[in-house]
Amino acid sequence: MSERERSQRERGARRAGRPAAPRGGAGTGRAPAAPSEERALTGGSAGTTVRHALGRIGFYTFVAVVTAFFALPMLWLVAAPFDATPGLTPSIPDFTMRNFRTLRDNPYALASLRNSILLALGTAALALLCGALAAYSLSRVRIPGRDVLLYLLLLLSSIVTGTAAMVPIFLLMFQLDLIDSRAGVVLVLTGGLLPAAIFILKDFMDSMPRSYEESARVFGASPLQILRDVVVPVTRPGLATIAVWAVVNVWGNFLIPFILLLNPDKQPAAVVMRTFYTEGGQPNLALISTFSLVFSIPVVAMYLFVNRRYGFRFHGGIKA
Amino acid sequence: MQRCTLTRSLAAALAVVTLAATGCLGSKDATDPNRGSEAKDVTLTIGLNAIAGGKNAAEAEWVTKYLIPMFTDHMKQQGINATVRFQPSGVDDEQYKTKLALDLKTGGGPDVVSLDGIWVGEFAEAGYIRPLEEIAGDAVEQWDGWAQIPETVQQITTFDGKRYGVPAGTDGRVLFYNKTLFARAGLPASWQPTSWDEIVAAGQKLKAAGVPAPIQINAGTAMGEATSMQGALPLLVGTGAQIYDQDAEKWQGATGNVEQMLGLYQRIYGGGLGDRTLQLQAKGRDKSFADFAAGKIGILLESDYFWRSVIEPKAGIAPMKNRDQAVGYAKIPAVRAGSGLRGQDFVSMSGGGGRTVNPNTKFPQQAWELLAFLNSAEATKALLQGNARITQRKDVNTEVLRADPMLKFIADEVLPLTAYRPGLAVYPQVSVALQQATADVIAGKQPDQAAVTYQATVEKAVGGSEHVATS
Amino acid sequence: MAASTSPPPESALPAPPESPAALVSQSAATVVDVAGLGRSRATAFVAPALALIAVFLVFPAIWTLYLGITDYRLTGRSARAPEIVGLDNYTSALSDPRFGNALWLTLLFVFGSAIVGQTVLGFTLAWTLRTAGGWVRGLVETLVLLAWILPSSVVAFLWIALLDRDDGTLNTLLGTGGTAWLVEHPMASIIVFNTWRGTAFSLLLFGAALGTVPPSQLETARMAGASVLAQLRDVVFPHIRGHVLTNTLLISLWTFNDFTPYLITAGGPNRGSEILPVYVYNVAIFDGQLGYGSAISLLMLLVNLVIALFYLRLLRERRS
Repeated sequence: MSERERSQRERGARRAGRPAAPRGGAGTGRAPAAPSEERALTGGSAGTTVRHALGRIGFYTFVAVVTAFFALPMLWLVAAPFDATPGLTPSIPDFTMRNFRTLRDNPYALASLRNSILLALGTAALALLCGALAAYSLSRVRIPGRDVLLYLLLLLSSIVTGTAAMVPIFLLMFQLDLIDSRAGVVLVLTGGLLPAAIFILKDFMDSMPRSYEESARVFGASPLQILRDVVVPVTRPGLATIAVWAVVNVWGNFLIPFILLLNPDKQPAAVVMRTFYTEGGQPNLALISTFSLVFSIPVVAMYLFVNRRYGFRFHGGIKA
Repeated sequence: MQRCTLTRSLAAALAVVTLAATGCLGSKDATDPNRGSEAKDVTLTIGLNAIAGGKNAAEAEWVTKYLIPMFTDHMKQQGINATVRFQPSGVDDEQYKTKLALDLKTGGGPDVVSLDGIWVGEFAEAGYIRPLEEIAGDAVEQWDGWAQIPETVQQITTFDGKRYGVPAGTDGRVLFYNKTLFARAGLPASWQPTSWDEIVAAGQKLKAAGVPAPIQINAGTAMGEATSMQGALPLLVGTGAQIYDQDAEKWQGATGNVEQMLGLYQRIYGGGLGDRTLQLQAKGRDKSFADFAAGKIGILLESDYFWRSVIEPKAGIAPMKNRDQAVGYAKIPAVRAGSGLRGQDFVSMSGGGGRTVNPNTKFPQQAWELLAFLNSAEATKALLQGNARITQRKDVNTEVLRADPMLKFIADEVLPLTAYRPGLAVYPQVSVALQQATADVIAGKQPDQAAVTYQATVEKAVGGSEHVATS
Repeated sequence: MAASTSPPPESALPAPPESPAALVSQSAATVVDVAGLGRSRATAFVAPALALIAVFLVFPAIWTLYLGITDYRLTGRSARAPEIVGLDNYTSALSDPRFGNALWLTLLFVFGSAIVGQTVLGFTLAWTLRTAGGWVRGLVETLVLLAWILPSSVVAFLWIALLDRDDGTLNTLLGTGGTAWLVEHPMASIIVFNTWRGTAFSLLLFGAALGTVPPSQLETARMAGASVLAQLRDVVFPHIRGHVLTNTLLISLWTFNDFTPYLITAGGPNRGSEILPVYVYNVAIFDGQLGYGSAISLLMLLVNLVIALFYLRLLRERRS
């Protein structure tokens, strides 16, 4: 393929939101291959064509099975919100939109989504900022005992996200006068997420070739500039992963916002979800299923946005 | 330079948090009941486990639309400018309990709080709540509402002989049965068993008529406290003993009563009269409600909550359109006539919550006034909004339950027979031991073996065998 | 999207190392401070993260561990005046046969759902989807992500609906009505469930990691006629070795502490699926015995430490 064809294909692929296909090839044996190129490259024997056709069948079968595996349990979620009296098992719904109306009229439901967004974005931003800074310096500078420290912090984070730590956390926040404050919740959640975030980001930064930074140094860039203009773009997939992971974690977190926030106007959606039960503890399945649908939309939307804009697939070098 | 500031700020942070470690595990002292009583500007917060649009939504609405305006007016007439705020919650009981404990421990929390009767003992022992008289003085004793609340119902919020709060209503447990299935099995439409044998016999007839799960009495650990309250405990009091003997200060061990109670489980589940697998499922209780509504269960031991909120035709979560015609209810019999608690022929168990004044409140007199106000006859009636529920007051009950035969039945015939759980801190562990015993029996263990294991667990929980009865 | 200080074109850089192995060993052996950070600036970069972690993670975690040697309870007499009971909590836990059972089940759970399930499925999906068409990838990723985002309480309903004995989706599809999957095969059920639940993270991470594999090397291998397996082994794995181990460590840790299976099996019939988080809840947390719960949390942390050290060993071995 000529250089021009190649770059055209890459541009076209990027516009379509897909990553540029690897240069010169049509991918692995499993991916759908452009038949003409394949034949041109491999000499076009019948055997290889059959093998590639089988590969395509294998690919589609695999995708179909995986899709079914992930979609099947969600059947209930598709039927129940539109059902006037949903049960514990999926059934043909007694169709109604009443559940959505009830949710809209609920004084806390929609406001809680806003709170969730605030908490999630706040935590993700803080975790990314502090995490990226820390991961970069830990990756580039030999600080004694950093590996051990990191592993230890990672283990401690599993204590702090459990219920055994809720009293110390509450009392700590009480002393810091951060009870009933969303900022306080962001701080606690960030503290819990940071070790893993640094862990993952350090991996990405470790595997990033140092040549770029060396060159930037040669051109007289300061470390912060290097971080901002060289490191961040190259490790963008890692940063995007951390962002999504942080948002998902905060989005589903019930315990910390619950014990630290008193005013229900500040409570995020994960907490409000738990109020859709009867006094005897029986779930109001209509509201719960409806709210779960609504609850998932912002996160999925955010993921698709990040994916399209920044992409989790980013081939090695920097492309203009 | 940077390092110095860094070290300093880190040290400051550490100092702050070291301060946090000191004296953070104890609790506060009581103070004068008359503090703040002369204030003309009063702010009070009331906190309930209720939230608009969610759990106990009616109660939340009552607070915001009735209670707060009425009480503010009431105070204004006395020349006091009162601001009352509502702090809703609406989460699972356990989580509400945790949060309440944390708030009370740090000297915070609303001025008037609601709590489940079963927590009164442990909260009192922890010092989170105090006797009402200690907080608000003589005004408590002089309240006329006490005369309207039966002694047994007052037990809900009584601990160690002292009143820690005002009860907020109660409930009773009965045997619900499906009249349609009964007709198919040749059983009477108005059925009142007088012994356990009669229950088993009815179950066998239902089984012969093809009912998949003739009898549903909660068992196993998956249903948690529901197994104890709607299973083990009503049966236990049917054998004549309460789980905790207040006078002897002893818990039931591997006694004849416990073995007898487990024996009934063995007869039901071992004889194919109950759905064993259902008891093992995580949402087994929810499923049992759905199954009853679908006509798969013949007899179900439950509280009036089931009637009011589960199978209720309009707003229930497993509604039965023909509830009033198709569902009957009967008192729970003792093993046989006269062998129940206090020599009764019939028994039941009740629970309930209450509300109390926060010892950390700045305005104890006014907070008590709010508490008394919300327990007045008018306020209690306003909460019901025309629905029938068993309230804590006799006068209100007589009025509102006239229209609802089922609740009237509970108030008139079941409540006088009922018993309450002991509000001691160690009760939950004993309850789990009971649940485990029932789980063992339905898995095939013999009742006396399960009882031995149960006793060992209870002894470990209460810290010794001196407080465990063995016969 | 272009960097302001764009690095010089590839030809100006030193020639890339011959083999991927050399590349990895180079970055491991020489932790070069290419950006000229210097010790003090590196410390400043790490400081914000360190401060957050110290206050909101380390302090509560250590306090929680301290509670492990007391008989502290949330309510009751011990709440007012907790006493130090030394190692009593630990001896109680270790001598409890249920603890051993829970530990074994947890290891099984982690191995089955995290190491085998999520990692393998996540990687396979990431590899397969990287060259898939736009809408196929979008659909699969959204479904996988949705499984991860939905709140635990809702996901529990979904799986109970799927596996219900009488009207469950699975039984209806397979015609095996009357099989109570959750009661007859509790561990298998929760392993499959957790695979379903958590694959999204591995997918994200591997997707990002695969993006750092230079496509030129893949092309070279393909042109040389290497099979997919050989490509994976020689080209891909050396680059993402660190990521594989990081991912496995993190998801093992998270799965180890995951409480969600409780909502689906409540510890399983007669403790058949009572994994450690459920065990802690059943014996301590539900009753507010936070001292005992904290002690068990420390024991769990020690097991996690052993697992982490095991992974660390693997990582070091491969690097050398």
